[in-house]
Amino acid sequence: MTQSLSPVAEGLRRGVPIMLGYLPVGFAFGVLAVKNNIPPALAVAMSVLMFSGSGQFVFASMWGAGASAFSIIAAVLIVNLRYLLQSAAESPWLTFLPRLQRFLLGLGLTDETFAVHVTAFQQGWQCNLITLFVCNHSTQLAWVSGTIIGAFCGELVQDVKPLGLDYALTAMFLALLVPQCVSRLHVVVAVCTAAFSIAFKSIGMSQWNIALATVLGASMGVYLLLRKANRDGTPLDTPISGTNRTNTDAPQQRRTHA
Amino acid sequence: MPESTQYTSGLLLCLLGSVAVTVLPKVLPLTFLHGDSLPSLLRHWLSFVPVAVMAALVGPDVLFYEGQFNISTSNLFLMVALPSLVVAWWSKNYFLTIVFGLSLVILARAMGLY
Repeated sequence: MTQSLSPVAEGLRRGVPIMLGYLPVGFAFGVLAVKNNIPPALAVAMSVLMFSGSGQFVFASMWGAGASAFSIIAAVLIVNLRYLLQSAAESPWLTFLPRLQRFLLGLGLTDETFAVHVTAFQQGWQCNLITLFVCNHSTQLAWVSGTIIGAFCGELVQDVKPLGLDYALTAMFLALLVPQCVSRLHVVVAVCTAAFSIAFKSIGMSQWNIALATVLGASMGVYLLLRKANRDGTPLDTPISGTNRTNTDAPQQRRTHA
Repeated sequence: MPESTQYTSGLLLCLLGSVAVTVLPKVLPLTFLHGDSLPSLLRHWLSFVPVAVMAALVGPDVLFYEGQFNISTSNLFLMVALPSLVVAWWSKNYFLTIVFGLSLVILARAMGLY
């Protein structure tokens, strides 16, 4: 990752592991949607318009179970609350862009694209719109393609398990989580947040667990940071953020702009 | 199959609502928030969101196996994740970590261990 790639290649480099995961999961969604009495074309429309794995799975299983529209929409909203946090956390890096472009980038936000982009920003990557859009929409293409295959010819593929693809996204998050742990404080936040998330899920809050655990974990991080600043008697510095467009004097990390 | 037209319009309504509650959380902060000019404390809070949200996602992925909370050797993903963490920490290499994890899963299943 030391060499600089073209913007398109860098977008694909970020996108490929995600696509490996999205194809089989999109496929599984297509199969599940049809099983739950959602017409194949609408299943595909959901993947185009929602582009949200967990939200779509919640929708399909609740619709199949005969839940009311209100309760389905409420459940989808709850699982999607984490996007508010992710979108806000990515915003400092993108404030210099025109509003329309930020809106379009928001449409391509998923857990996975958020994770790869924000990691690149943290490592000093200079924002390149082509890279962001190529990554967002190549992965969406995989998601929609998987859904199409699953919805229209779900019987073609028997089992993705021998290929290990049910583990692909977990493998990716692990590979991204470790570089996030830049200090002991971050390790503590990561371990505790994972534990909160597991605990919430264990007590049946499987729609709330991600957003709640994230809020708790980030709050804990700030609390520990403040406590440390108080103890050391030093003021908090300003957190790093998205002034990448002009930071000629900021240290450029390994990843040069692509 | 239930009544066709009523059923379909109900489904469409539900779908539109779900699209709205999916797209709005994604785009609203990015479109309207000036992340640069937020209070310092909130910026610090947001700087912990990436590590927190990734941990919140991956924790249950690893410790729930086939729908059950499982911290034993019968949890393939846990058995693969532990050495993957070591590889990630030691190699600092994104692709290597992913390929290592996927290969272990494939290998374990090919050998009939899981």
